[in-house]
Amino acid sequence: MVEFALHHAWLVPLLPALAFVAIIFFTRPWPMLSALTAVAGIVGSFIVSALAAYGVFTNPAFKEEPLVYAVRWFSMPGLQIDVGVQLDPVSAMMIFMVSMVASLIFIYAIGYMKDDPGFSVFFSYVSLFAASMLLLAISSNLLEMFVAWELVGLCSYLLIGFYSHKIAAREAAKKAFITCRIADFGLLLGLLAMQIVFGTLNLVELSEKIANFEQYTTFGILTLIAVLVFIGPIGKSGQFPLHVWLPDAMEGPTPVSALIHAATMVVAGVYLVARTMFLFHEVPGAMELVAITGGFTALFAATIAITQREIKRILAYSTVSQIGYMMLALGVGSMTASLFHMWTHAFFKALMFLGAGSVLHALHHKADVWEMGGLIRKMPLTGWTFVIGGLAIAGIPPFAGFWSKDEILAVTLESGHYVLFVMAAFTAFLTAFYMWRLIFLTFFGEENPENHPHESPAVMTLPLVGLAILSTIGGLVGTPWAPYWSEWIFFGHPHHVEPNYWVMIGSVVLAAAGIYLAYQLYYVDKAKSRARALAQRYNHIYTILYNKYYIDEIYLWFNHTIVDGAAKLFYLFDIYVVDGIIVNGLGKLTCLLGEGIRVSNTGRLQNYALVFFLGVLAVVVLLAFTGPSAASLIVGGVK
Amino acid sequence: MESFPVLLTILLAPVVAAVIMAFIPREEHMLIKCVAAAGTFVSMALSLYVYFAYDQSLGGLQFVQQVPWIKDLGVTFFLGVDGISLPMLLLTNLIGFSAVFASWNVNHRPRDFFILLCLLITGVMGTFVAQDLFIFLLFYEVVVIPIYILVIIWGSTKRVTKEYAGMKLTIYLLIGSAFLLVGVIALFMKTVAATGAPDMSFAGLARAARGLSDFDQIWLFALMLFGFGSLLSMWPFHSWSPDGYAGAPTAVSMIHAGVLKKIGGYGLIRIALYVLPVGAKFWAPVIAVLGVCGVAYAAMAALAQKDLKYIVGYSSVSHMGYVLLAVASLNVIGLNGAVANMFAHGIMAALFFSTIGFIYEKTHTRWIPDLGGLARQTPRLAVAFMLAAMASLGLPGLVSFVPEFTIFVASFKVYGGLAVVAIAGIIITALYALRAGANTLFGPPRPEYDSLKDIRGPELVPLAVLGTVLVVGGLLPFLIFDMVNSGIVPLMAEISGALKLGGSF
Amino acid sequence: MLTTISLAHYMVLSALLFGIGLFGVLAKKNAIAVLICIELMLNAVNINLVAISKYLTPALFTGQLFAIFVITVAAAEVGVGLAIIIAIYRNRLSVNLDDFDWLKW
Repeated sequence: MVEFALHHAWLVPLLPALAFVAIIFFTRPWPMLSALTAVAGIVGSFIVSALAAYGVFTNPAFKEEPLVYAVRWFSMPGLQIDVGVQLDPVSAMMIFMVSMVASLIFIYAIGYMKDDPGFSVFFSYVSLFAASMLLLAISSNLLEMFVAWELVGLCSYLLIGFYSHKIAAREAAKKAFITCRIADFGLLLGLLAMQIVFGTLNLVELSEKIANFEQYTTFGILTLIAVLVFIGPIGKSGQFPLHVWLPDAMEGPTPVSALIHAATMVVAGVYLVARTMFLFHEVPGAMELVAITGGFTALFAATIAITQREIKRILAYSTVSQIGYMMLALGVGSMTASLFHMWTHAFFKALMFLGAGSVLHALHHKADVWEMGGLIRKMPLTGWTFVIGGLAIAGIPPFAGFWSKDEILAVTLESGHYVLFVMAAFTAFLTAFYMWRLIFLTFFGEENPENHPHESPAVMTLPLVGLAILSTIGGLVGTPWAPYWSEWIFFGHPHHVEPNYWVMIGSVVLAAAGIYLAYQLYYVDKAKSRARALAQRYNHIYTILYNKYYIDEIYLWFNHTIVDGAAKLFYLFDIYVVDGIIVNGLGKLTCLLGEGIRVSNTGRLQNYALVFFLGVLAVVVLLAFTGPSAASLIVGGVK
Repeated sequence: MESFPVLLTILLAPVVAAVIMAFIPREEHMLIKCVAAAGTFVSMALSLYVYFAYDQSLGGLQFVQQVPWIKDLGVTFFLGVDGISLPMLLLTNLIGFSAVFASWNVNHRPRDFFILLCLLITGVMGTFVAQDLFIFLLFYEVVVIPIYILVIIWGSTKRVTKEYAGMKLTIYLLIGSAFLLVGVIALFMKTVAATGAPDMSFAGLARAARGLSDFDQIWLFALMLFGFGSLLSMWPFHSWSPDGYAGAPTAVSMIHAGVLKKIGGYGLIRIALYVLPVGAKFWAPVIAVLGVCGVAYAAMAALAQKDLKYIVGYSSVSHMGYVLLAVASLNVIGLNGAVANMFAHGIMAALFFSTIGFIYEKTHTRWIPDLGGLARQTPRLAVAFMLAAMASLGLPGLVSFVPEFTIFVASFKVYGGLAVVAIAGIIITALYALRAGANTLFGPPRPEYDSLKDIRGPELVPLAVLGTVLVVGGLLPFLIFDMVNSGIVPLMAEISGALKLGGSF
Repeated sequence: MLTTISLAHYMVLSALLFGIGLFGVLAKKNAIAVLICIELMLNAVNINLVAISKYLTPALFTGQLFAIFVITVAAAEVGVGLAIIIAIYRNRLSVNLDDFDWLKW
């Protein structure tokens, strides 16, 4: 079984893809059948990935040598692209994680999307997404990965705009696609440069060639490539300054937010950088860039999250911030810590999104946290699982988030990035604060009499419980005392971070302080008067934060004024200069010439006869006074 | 099967259909349409057969038919296909067949319409299977006349009148072909003077042209570049394209944007580059610059459009810029990309125009601010639109991604920064394609379109045929590339000497 | 010396006749006069033909034969021409060529 899974790992993306095809062409009229098809596809894929992951993690040979098999996709002299599967600990972990989270979310969606007219279509889209995401994880070739990368972007677009009759959803979808497209432009350039410089996009071959690459022969080209490649993750993973699409993406159905915009797709950027670590590792400058981008984004997004009011928006900024952590870890050179955080984050963030979905489901899509309150009494399962998620993200031991976040802090400190360490630590405090602000406002305190919440059905709460369990124990695979994780997931050589008790204690203290502050402001103070007073007092800062530093407005202005203005100019130029002056001008000129020559057509036969006579006369005179050569010139080329 | 004249049959099937239609009473609309569909179907089926029966390992011209015609000019009725012309032939037939169904609802003088359409398809096919320059030009001129009539009778008047559009289209192309003709005649005279034996076949001309001086090659190539370039809507000779497509009826827009334009690119590679490699090498930087200008300029102009057909019209100009850039790279990868991209763009543009045609037919408008929310009322139409839009922005998994990627590889290698500008075009393309999609299909549904009927029955054929090719070609790009490559490699092998040593440039 | 009439004499006569005819064709306003002048020109050619044949190739009668052809054709031409002029006169009540510029543009 395990051998079969290892050698047929292409089934992992294929099964959801087949489900997609089946739903589109066959089962669309029957919603439940479609849902079952989708779930069957993803669960099948989960089983295969679990077996494959088992096979990988029980065989230490995989640490050294990945299992690769590929077929030719297209080729021509000088360019050959293969598509295939590369199984190593990293990709095995990724497909396992993705298919597991996706399975849970698919099941949840059966309950959440019930009675939606687009039920079947929804499941076809998420199946396609799962297929693309798993393909991305398992790719053996960077172009293949890019294909999957764009396809997940497409699915994200389709699913954000799932409620396409809503203008907000439509615009958010478009924004997501375009923003990612801008980033993909950089990534594509990076891939092209790699193809041209190294002649291959195969991960294994690239890693060998780059390791042996003489940097001095083409000075700086590696740096350029690394920076270009990193632009892609900046967009896809919502890093500053291309983070703007991610919060808007919450217009999509909540399972989508959980699956795509929290657990899997948005961490594809992290995964890509991890996959191309052999490139970044060679370029310290690019590593710094990754670290700074990550660290800054983590803090930046956390500050915005403090002031937001919509439940999913807070979670979205939290996602941006957490991915910033992962990038930071990558940048300081620890793929281990980064992917560990990705692993735990997938659980607790999916959990919280699904919890938020459950809340929205109960409150009929009322999203403002200030209008909620006391929900935990009516929705205990949702509430308590959410609290577990909150503890995990805040970094309270022994929940999953503690271990991974602690490791990130430790490696940052160890690598000597003190400023980034302080930023990250402060972010940890902010994270605990805004997340518990959300929890206190939503689940505790007084109930809002306008709300009539009810607990969600089992099909929705069971995945919550599953994810809550994973969020609790998921981090135990990588504690400093039992570092299984770092034995398998690493770049170069396994690196065990010594348990740094100061960092551990410090991070717990910061988290606890954040939670305590939230407790004081939003729980103890029933009227929230102190919170309001604070907002009043620091009104400027509050307004800037609440409006997300006006970055959206700047982009909007740029897009509508500069880009559209330029487009208008080009169009006017086309109409009035190219078309008006040159093309129609030539036409007019021809007409004018005709008008001019027309005058000579008097219509009088005698005029014509006179001209004819003069012509004959001229020819005769010419013939008479010059030799035969001139004659042949006039009469024609007859020799 | 060896002696069975497949190519001639492919060529004549629509003509036979046209002749039959001429004898059908004009009121028999359904019968007429069925005959047109049958004629184009025969061509499509046979060209699919030829596509898969072509022996790629052998390469070269296959399915050859040769009948001496005008001895004094060295003209033979010479048909044959190779790896470059075969994708174009297939493209023509796929689009031709779809175009018949896209015009299924033409009820104004349908007999005349479909007769002209069939003749048009034959003309376009002829240019791709002809291996003799004279025959090529003959078919090319055959193409122009039906187009003019189709546009001025069945066209639509929006920003410009259909008469203006038809006139502009025709005159522009005739001017282009006039320059081309001058070039061809000069080339012919020069080669005859050099070798003494007249030969109009591509291969013969290429052999004879080896003896031409660099200077001759350069100015002859310039004439051909203008001729083929204006057909390919090379910037700044592109302005016939948006107006022409906007004025033309759906089927003509499909065929024109889908394949007719590609005659320019095909001629540029198969004739101009093949016969005059030194000239090509001299003009390559110019072609590249014009190509990049076209990409960026047309993409920006498309962004400012509000008429769906204008968007696609400008977008096709923009995509042809990529083809030019690829040709200018003058290497195997680039030329592979150029031919494959022509194929991909043909499929995509045809699907786009057929979809817009249906939208226009049903809502009587193409003006984006008057549209919106159609995805709810006409979901299949929305699927077709989104497929075309996604292919247009080069989404991986659809047919146009891999060709664009290869073009980028080739041109990035040769032209560096210039290519970056072209590659940045993918952002603008995404912007206008998605805007068009979003504002047409999504958003609140408009009550006035509640009673619209989604496409069904024969109307689904363009989506089924072109959509299938779009996806299959995207997932299995080797189907196209192996074929194209089998044509490009020998061509490049023949001219590589000239490209490397080519004079003092 | 005065007794012999050489080819040159015929040719001069023919040239004069042709010139007069040409002037008439170009300058006359009356359509019938123009027609008559055309006849003059044709006859000038006939004189030339006969004279040259007589002097240069006396054995052959090519020129004479040709002249007869010309006379025949001229007769037919006058017939058609007069018919046209009459038709125009019926419609327009004029044979003045200045009135007839309908072929303009």
